[in-house]
Amino acid sequence: MTGFLRKIGATIALGVAFTTGAMAADFTPVLLYDIGGKFDKSFNEAAHTGGERFKEETGLDYKDFEPNSETQYEQALKRFARRKADLIIAVGVGYSVAVRNVASKYPDVKFTVIDAIIDLPNVQSITFKENEGSFLVGMIAAMKTESNTIGFLGGMDIPLIRRFERGYRQGAEYVKGDLTFIENYVGTTPSAWNDPIKAAEMARSQYARGADIIFSAAGPSGLGSIQAAKDTGNLAIGVDSNQNHVAPGYVLTSMLKRVDLAVYHAMKAAEAGEWKPGHTVLGLAEGGVDFALDEYNADLITAEMKAKLDEARAKIVSGEIVVSDVEGSNSGH
Amino acid sequence: MEFFTDMILLMDSTLRTATPLVLAALAGLVAERSGIVDIGLEGKMLAAAFAAAAAAAVTGSPWMGMLAGVGASVFLALLHGWVSIAQRGNQIVSGMAINIAVAGLAPTLANFWFQKGGQTPLLGDEARFSTITLPFADALADVPVIGALYSELISGHNLITYLAAALIPLVAWMLYKTRFGLRLRAVGENPEAVDTAGISVTLLRYQAMVIAGVLCGLSGSVLSTGLGGGFIRDMSAGKGYLALAAMIFGRWKPVPTLLACLLFGFVDALQGRLQGVALPLIGEIPVQFTMMLPYVLTVVILAGFAGRMDAPKASGTPYEKDH
Repeated sequence: MTGFLRKIGATIALGVAFTTGAMAADFTPVLLYDIGGKFDKSFNEAAHTGGERFKEETGLDYKDFEPNSETQYEQALKRFARRKADLIIAVGVGYSVAVRNVASKYPDVKFTVIDAIIDLPNVQSITFKENEGSFLVGMIAAMKTESNTIGFLGGMDIPLIRRFERGYRQGAEYVKGDLTFIENYVGTTPSAWNDPIKAAEMARSQYARGADIIFSAAGPSGLGSIQAAKDTGNLAIGVDSNQNHVAPGYVLTSMLKRVDLAVYHAMKAAEAGEWKPGHTVLGLAEGGVDFALDEYNADLITAEMKAKLDEARAKIVSGEIVVSDVEGSNSGH
Repeated sequence: MEFFTDMILLMDSTLRTATPLVLAALAGLVAERSGIVDIGLEGKMLAAAFAAAAAAAVTGSPWMGMLAGVGASVFLALLHGWVSIAQRGNQIVSGMAINIAVAGLAPTLANFWFQKGGQTPLLGDEARFSTITLPFADALADVPVIGALYSELISGHNLITYLAAALIPLVAWMLYKTRFGLRLRAVGENPEAVDTAGISVTLLRYQAMVIAGVLCGLSGSVLSTGLGGGFIRDMSAGKGYLALAAMIFGRWKPVPTLLACLLFGFVDALQGRLQGVALPLIGEIPVQFTMMLPYVLTVVILAGFAGRMDAPKASGTPYEKDH
């Protein structure tokens, strides 16, 4: 029922966009979020931030859409493609199959897809080296832990999230050899992104078993993990957006994935007529991933830790340290 | 000793996980015992979770949150009652309509009021039911076995969990030891007889719906203001349906229903614990398999051990005086 209402809403919005667009010929990109919602304080919110920055700097508006279920991916893409949107940005690996289908049917519409790789002449694919950013937060966890036990909490069990885990482990082991890892995944279906209660329960269990720091790569479910850290007096590591402010003092750092930059640059490039299809990978060297350091966690990260991190960062950028990857992280599932 | 500590941790997790399940299952039990099938538990739970988080965020008081959560749930229960009792509508359709409507309405309202994309703001500690440390818990913690049991397992839950523990005997007492309970059970089995005795079937069923609404409202409130700290869309995550299964598995009786909820809670805690752990002989179990555990167990139990299911006979059929 709501899907239907939304559809009507989106159709009206589109109708308005179409008529005003035809009159003023304004550039209007479209941003499609993944399940989890625009303000998930994580992945989708980063995309939203990028869109807002574009709007603020250029004064041009963009359209966006939040799907309620996977079945809406393709419908939404088709609807905007049929209207000849100037640029359609689909955020999330879940879109890969839908973008491939729709982009091949509308070869004159530009698509940018984030987190997935689609090899078509009208699709730009942007992926991140999450393993490199996770390596750094893994180092932070290993330097900070007092119990020599650290945890990882993934959302849905997919190769992309395994990539976070891989980098995290490698980074931690780079600092200390004798660490114990505890890992959990909230689930194996997309609903795993929206289950903070279960995530909190798993995080509590990890803390009770001796972990004192947990890195959660679980979208909105990760908020449950941060809540558990706060309730039990331990530390959590946020993901995608900077989540340090969610529970000041209890969030050690956040692994930043600069989806905002990717969205912003894609919109800017398309507006300037410089948009190009193809595959771009954003790692530490490109500023695509990083860890968050701000007033909320400044007390938790010492200058000594910072120096070690900078050293490791330089080594990763120069290729001296190679962070291993997980096969199939950016293909559809 | 490590095994003992592990078991305590698992049981502790079980109690937390089972709290919303028990409350919702009791709500379903009271409704069905009066003859109204309540498949809308999921929707009422989600509505209550949203209302509780929203009210707690605005007022800063978990009690106001609980009041709003219970209010929202009772309203939906009465709506379901009105459709099923007064309009003699299909109870499954009405219940599902509530589930679907709430799934869409709650994030929409949250977005409208808080502009956080279908979430409520995260609640601070003062706006949540935080954990309660029972008296002597710290002092007894070092006593072997009993100390650990008391301080780890029994102490340190939120208020609604203790409330749920108190409500189970209360509901059982109400159903089996009071005149109201007797009539309630009768109206679910044979409403004609109750009507012949001069007791209003309509009133009894509405009363049952209010009780169910209150219980389900508590179950939703514990999600967003007790266990969690704020509302996130679809956060009930199928618990309403699981509660319904627990109630059927518990054969519409309070104590077996409680045991079923505890079992579901335990299996859920266990599957989290088994992830990534290498077991002797078997090795590490893939996450997909541990995730299946609660569902496989449900099917096995329902098919193999549950035996004959005696649903209240008039459950699901609207009462019509005239035939």
